[in-house]
Amino acid sequence: MKAAVIVFPGSNCDRDVAVSLEAATGTRPLMAWHRDTELPRLDLIVVPGGFSYGDYLRSGAMAAHSPIMREVKRRAEAGVHVLGICNGFQILTEAGLLPGVLMRNRHLKFCCQDVHLTVSRNDTAFASKYRKGQVVRIPIAHADGNFFANPDMLSRIEDEGQVAFRYCDEEGNLTDGANPNGSLNNIAGVYNMQGNVLGLMPHPERLAEAELGGTDGKPMFDSLLEALK
Amino acid sequence: MSQITPEVIKQHGLSDSEYKLVLEIMGREPNLTELGIFSVMWSEHCSYKSSKKWLKTLPTKAPWVICGPGENAGVIDIGDGLACIFKMESHNHPSFIEPYQGAATGVGGILRDVFTMGARPVANLNALRFGSPDHPKTRHLVSGVVSGIGGYGNCVGVPTVGGECDFHAAYNGNILVNAMTVGLAQADRIFYSAAAGVGNPVVYVGSKTGRDGIHGATMASAEFSEDSEEKRPTVQVGDPFTEKLLIEACMELMATDVIVAIQDMGAAGLTSSSFEMASKGGLGIEMDLDKVPMREEGMTAYEIMLSESQERMLMVLKPGREDVAKAIFDKWELDFAIVGHLTDTGRMVLKRHGVVMADLPIDPLALASPEYDRPWVEPKLAAPIDAKSVKAEVPLKALQHLLNTPDLCSKRWIYRQYDHMVMGDTVGRPGGDAGVVRVHGSNKALAITTDCTPRYCQANPYEGGKQAVAEAWRNLTAVGARPLAVTDNLNFGNPEKPEIMGQIVKAIQGMGEACVALDFPVVSGNVSLYNETNGNAILPTPAIGAVGVIDQLDQRVGIAFEQEGETVLVIGATVGHLGASIYAREIGGTEAGSPPPVDLAVERRNGDFVRALITSGRVTACHDVSGGGLLVAVAEMAMAGGLGVMLADAPEGALPHAYWFGEDQARYVLAATTAEAAAILIEAAQAGIAGAMIGTTGGKDVRLGAASIPLSELVDAHESWLPNFMSGAEGN
Repeated sequence: MKAAVIVFPGSNCDRDVAVSLEAATGTRPLMAWHRDTELPRLDLIVVPGGFSYGDYLRSGAMAAHSPIMREVKRRAEAGVHVLGICNGFQILTEAGLLPGVLMRNRHLKFCCQDVHLTVSRNDTAFASKYRKGQVVRIPIAHADGNFFANPDMLSRIEDEGQVAFRYCDEEGNLTDGANPNGSLNNIAGVYNMQGNVLGLMPHPERLAEAELGGTDGKPMFDSLLEALK
Repeated sequence: MSQITPEVIKQHGLSDSEYKLVLEIMGREPNLTELGIFSVMWSEHCSYKSSKKWLKTLPTKAPWVICGPGENAGVIDIGDGLACIFKMESHNHPSFIEPYQGAATGVGGILRDVFTMGARPVANLNALRFGSPDHPKTRHLVSGVVSGIGGYGNCVGVPTVGGECDFHAAYNGNILVNAMTVGLAQADRIFYSAAAGVGNPVVYVGSKTGRDGIHGATMASAEFSEDSEEKRPTVQVGDPFTEKLLIEACMELMATDVIVAIQDMGAAGLTSSSFEMASKGGLGIEMDLDKVPMREEGMTAYEIMLSESQERMLMVLKPGREDVAKAIFDKWELDFAIVGHLTDTGRMVLKRHGVVMADLPIDPLALASPEYDRPWVEPKLAAPIDAKSVKAEVPLKALQHLLNTPDLCSKRWIYRQYDHMVMGDTVGRPGGDAGVVRVHGSNKALAITTDCTPRYCQANPYEGGKQAVAEAWRNLTAVGARPLAVTDNLNFGNPEKPEIMGQIVKAIQGMGEACVALDFPVVSGNVSLYNETNGNAILPTPAIGAVGVIDQLDQRVGIAFEQEGETVLVIGATVGHLGASIYAREIGGTEAGSPPPVDLAVERRNGDFVRALITSGRVTACHDVSGGGLLVAVAEMAMAGGLGVMLADAPEGALPHAYWFGEDQARYVLAATTAEAAAILIEAAQAGIAGAMIGTTGGKDVRLGAASIPLSELVDAHESWLPNFMSGAEGN
């Protein structure tokens, strides 16, 4: 699997996700600079977490218009797999690659903690190593993770099965108390229609080795390796 | 040019004798720019003039110390060719005036102190002291400071892994915000600030200079009064995005060989950075201030030199290599300007619009700054109290109450707002005894903590100084780390008052004694004086930041009980000292009493014993006993593990409330298998170390003799105080 991690000014999880990719695949991903306009042949593009362009204007808004994103869009349309984590998810929605928007958390504060998620689908390249309905524990760290879509768009997302993960309690119940940011329908991550682009607020790369306190993020990288090797 | 009147001199915080010295050094009357430079360079904040005499007495050397106090931060050798660089610094006054920006720029400043030496920052911590929860400003200050720290640290992508936060009415008008940064560098790639090479270019990088923060260092060196609100314009504004770019650009530049010297622009901005570099190198600097990147038009030499705009660095580069550096800063879209060059004159010559606006001798100004031996008196020591005189509450009832008090409640509401996992190496998250951060790509880790118990320092500054160091050492030990070195952040009132100066002297003596006894040198630090509002001083608060090393990641433990049916042990003697304790204050309604004495030999022996148990894998959990005493420590371990505990009643002859809530020092609670626990106690007895079995893990309650309380109720009490307080809920 050949992977690239996009680096914007202000990205700060680029190294973290590169470490997880390298641990899964044995090869270090290409680190692509935001001013690059072309990418080599690739199987996976990761848009990492952080504060691209300082989150000025609106989270992800400026990065969505950087030169590299034109190339990312072109590749996504050609079927290359794209994973956006946290700020990366915000960038992908701003760039129109994923539906919905990520608004300020309902309690208005940055929130860094482990959350539980249910896996909505496991028939994608990102999630085959999870069981459908499995409850996993993965951390979040964001101020703008409140997923919103207008009623039409939301029902389309639900009807087309585009939801990837939902916030839940330890037992897998989709309660309001388990929803850390006010996201509609407890949505933590969504796919595009084709299923080759995934954006999620939680950080799978942060709990992908036992030393860090959990490994529930690792199956995502293992899934990608299996599907895209 | 304005006249230098006595009024102007006073506004610049210079005393008559100091101004006389200015005239002697200059051989003429200074102009306003020159006077401004003297003012900031000789401010308490930059010159340490009141504390220097006493700071010199602290131990600063050990075989593992690479660089002690005097540089931007302290440097220690942690093996494998790596160095750990760290420091703690206060941003108290700005944070009181403008909590968000004050705290945010405090984080930014301490980060720069560390990465300017070549280290990539890997962890932040903060030690916060707020006023009484009843005070109308407290909630607003907590909210602003916490979001400011988070806003800055989260964006730069450095995890905030620990710290402390407590409340006392003595901080009502003067909160404390002490921020610490820890970084890692190659031991042979450390950058210093001494300029070298006459003719070499002096380069300015980072943000543009604006009119913000002019005289911040002078403000930090004066008492507060009602009109301090009017000083809001002297608080700087931070831009963590630029800081992040600056870190990456500096790291990239430091991988080349073009830097001769580098210094961040912190307090007193371009003035202190340029003087420090020149003075350390024994050289002069000529600067053309027209070349300084400016945010506003029409800035004067005075404003440019005294601005405290953030996210700026000054460097001396090798001649002819400017292009290499410029390309890197262009890539990161940061300003880069050659603003001057080094000279052999030993003078600072500053030009603006082609006119010399200041011409000052560097060494007399930088090195001959005033040093005072301020008069001091022995602090009045609090008299001991008898535990019998303190109200005896039913222990579990008292426990539930104490866990719901400002100083002992869970601080999750705070650390949830800090990204404590970015960089992917946080193995010990906030809420334990010390933050633990893996050394990237290795099996080693750093343990980091900040500690101080101001109520002890108030009752007895000497014992309090000792205790602050001992507790930091104990917290590192409790996670299995070898404690290596400390940074200190000394927060006190007005040193011109002999009783305050007495607190400073005695606290430093106590700290020094503990540092010697525990082989725990001071490698960096910061002094914040004049923490008074309308004449009321804060509690003496010598905050200690400390770093230790865990050699093997699997040789560490956390505080959580992990296994049912394990034996719970306490190592160290429980006497039942209630003086200056949280129990006496919260349940007994008294702050009286002497603090628990610290026996440094016992501290060392008990700690070394416990650390050996942890590193040999014989215990499954460990927690030091501090504020709140034994029962609070055990309850925290039970809550962290979601596992109950059955405790035997206090031993016969002991007063139960003193036994469970006394704050005797040098104690640790451990969990181990029954067989292991028995063996440990035999070894302890042989080594002359006090130890006792106090209970067994299991169930979902905390049982004490015949009484019990569900763990869930304790968790509720522990977790609810701070969120309720911050939301303004009833009962707070």
